[in-house]
Amino acid sequence: MLDWFLTYQSLFAFIGINGLLALSVYCTLSCGQLSLANAGFMAIGAYAAALLTLRAHAAFPLALLVATVVPAIVAVPLGLPVLRLRGVFLAIATIGFGEVVRLAFVNWDYTNGALGLVAIPQKTSLWMVWIALALALYVLGRLRGSRIGYALEAIRQDEPASRAIGIASTHYKVAMFAFGAALAGLAGALEAHFTFMVAPSGYGFGRVVDMLVYAVVGGDAIFYGPVLGAAFLTALPEALRGAGQAVGLAPGPLRLFVNGAILLAVILFLPNGLVSLPEAIRRWRMRRMPRAPLG
Amino acid sequence: MGQQAINGIFLGSIYALFAVGYTLVFGVLDILNLAHQAVFMLCAFTALAFVSGLRLHIALALPLAAIVGGLLGILLERLAFRPLRGRADSNISGLISSLAAATIFESFALQMWGPDVSRFPFGTFPDKPIHLGAATVSALQLTIVAIAIALMALLTGLLSVTPLGRQIRAVAESPRAARILGVDVDRVIAWSFFISSALGGAAGVLFGLAFNSVSPDIGRSIELKGLAVIILGGMGSVAGAVVAGFVLGIIEVFTVAQIGSSYRDAVSFGVLFLILLVRPRGLLGHSATREA
Repeated sequence: MLDWFLTYQSLFAFIGINGLLALSVYCTLSCGQLSLANAGFMAIGAYAAALLTLRAHAAFPLALLVATVVPAIVAVPLGLPVLRLRGVFLAIATIGFGEVVRLAFVNWDYTNGALGLVAIPQKTSLWMVWIALALALYVLGRLRGSRIGYALEAIRQDEPASRAIGIASTHYKVAMFAFGAALAGLAGALEAHFTFMVAPSGYGFGRVVDMLVYAVVGGDAIFYGPVLGAAFLTALPEALRGAGQAVGLAPGPLRLFVNGAILLAVILFLPNGLVSLPEAIRRWRMRRMPRAPLG
Repeated sequence: MGQQAINGIFLGSIYALFAVGYTLVFGVLDILNLAHQAVFMLCAFTALAFVSGLRLHIALALPLAAIVGGLLGILLERLAFRPLRGRADSNISGLISSLAAATIFESFALQMWGPDVSRFPFGTFPDKPIHLGAATVSALQLTIVAIAIALMALLTGLLSVTPLGRQIRAVAESPRAARILGVDVDRVIAWSFFISSALGGAAGVLFGLAFNSVSPDIGRSIELKGLAVIILGGMGSVAGAVVAGFVLGIIEVFTVAQIGSSYRDAVSFGVLFLILLVRPRGLLGHSATREA
């Protein structure tokens, strides 16, 4: 048991980090906004924390705090104008932001440009990741059924209608945008101090797509769905490693293919994600059951 | 100065051709097809396979690859878009399903051709420089610009005078009204995807020829450029995408010349960002109606 745990320790850490990232995307999805800025926020958090521990020799908790707070502070002035955009326009604007952040780090000599920072002290341990994840889940779980939770749900369903009944939708949207940014920044800092390095290439468009995929595959209608999706998709390559060798496919393409196929299947057949799988199976069974004879 | 302008027009013609397909589908379906870049990439590989594998002439390989691209577009529509039609959040779920399709296409390219850069065989296109005053332009560049402009002119003609073009515009205006007037909406959408993806595929082949490098990730950067172009031009506006494609190409080339190559991409995203905040309808777009 302990052996097994030690073998897969890094896998568990990555599940926790990816869970946090999935939740950061869920924050804006929970009020119906598709924002793809989170890789940018993650980069800001990761670089801020790494610079603090590496160059200023700051204490790790302080670095984590800064990595959480700074992206949220950046998110507010960004979110105020950007969240006026809807649907794909918001998605495109936030993709643009993410790329600008990445390119800024590529061009910043102080952080070694495209090479990034290396030899970051390894300070993240597994329990920190999981406590951070538990805290995020707790906060998001408490929102459900609260006044704020209902307001978010109303904005998600129909924003103009929610404004008509007196919900300050902009405030809620910006708050969730900033909260998502904070989670992404924290996850970035934890990851940087687990893998010893940060580089701009790790925070590109592909990274935010991964986060979105976790959230959608797990199910973005409820707060624990994205974490489930992250756990499933992070653990999957481990399971696929043997299968790929058996059929003679390289691991890279196979992993991509399976990710794409799962995402497609989920969006087509399980729009509420893996979380809704038991429910979907039950309904399917009900339909197949022979009807009781009349009379 | 003249040289920079020529390089800008050359780069811009490829951006424009790519973005025209993007914007066509958005105009018709209100869906951002993020698999467009994967079709772009697969067509570049297809043309490469035709040229180096089957020893076809590039003049034949280009249209064939574009047709393959069009068929991929139809496949894409069947697989990732049609099942979602009528769903309340179809513009977001469509975006996600197109991402899924792009991932599948990319895995296919990785498996078939590997992650490294592939090149067209030497002499695929006779490359001789032509002098225009102080500036130099290669025959290849000139041909690429000419083909791109011809294809875009063809599309404009198709949209404005043919029955299919009228039907596409009708569906873009209102699918429901078009259906009532007897337009076969599903067929029109399938055709839009065919045309869009064929143009995107042609852009991929031209891109591959222009830089003589084809790899599974060439779609990634042009995808984001394409987004900047359609936002700048106005979502759904074909003419806007053409103008914006050239504008972006020229801006980029001058940025590289004046400020340095590392800021090239930052400028295009800066432009994108600014347009979205200041004038979300773009240069030639129509003002958006309220989405309920």
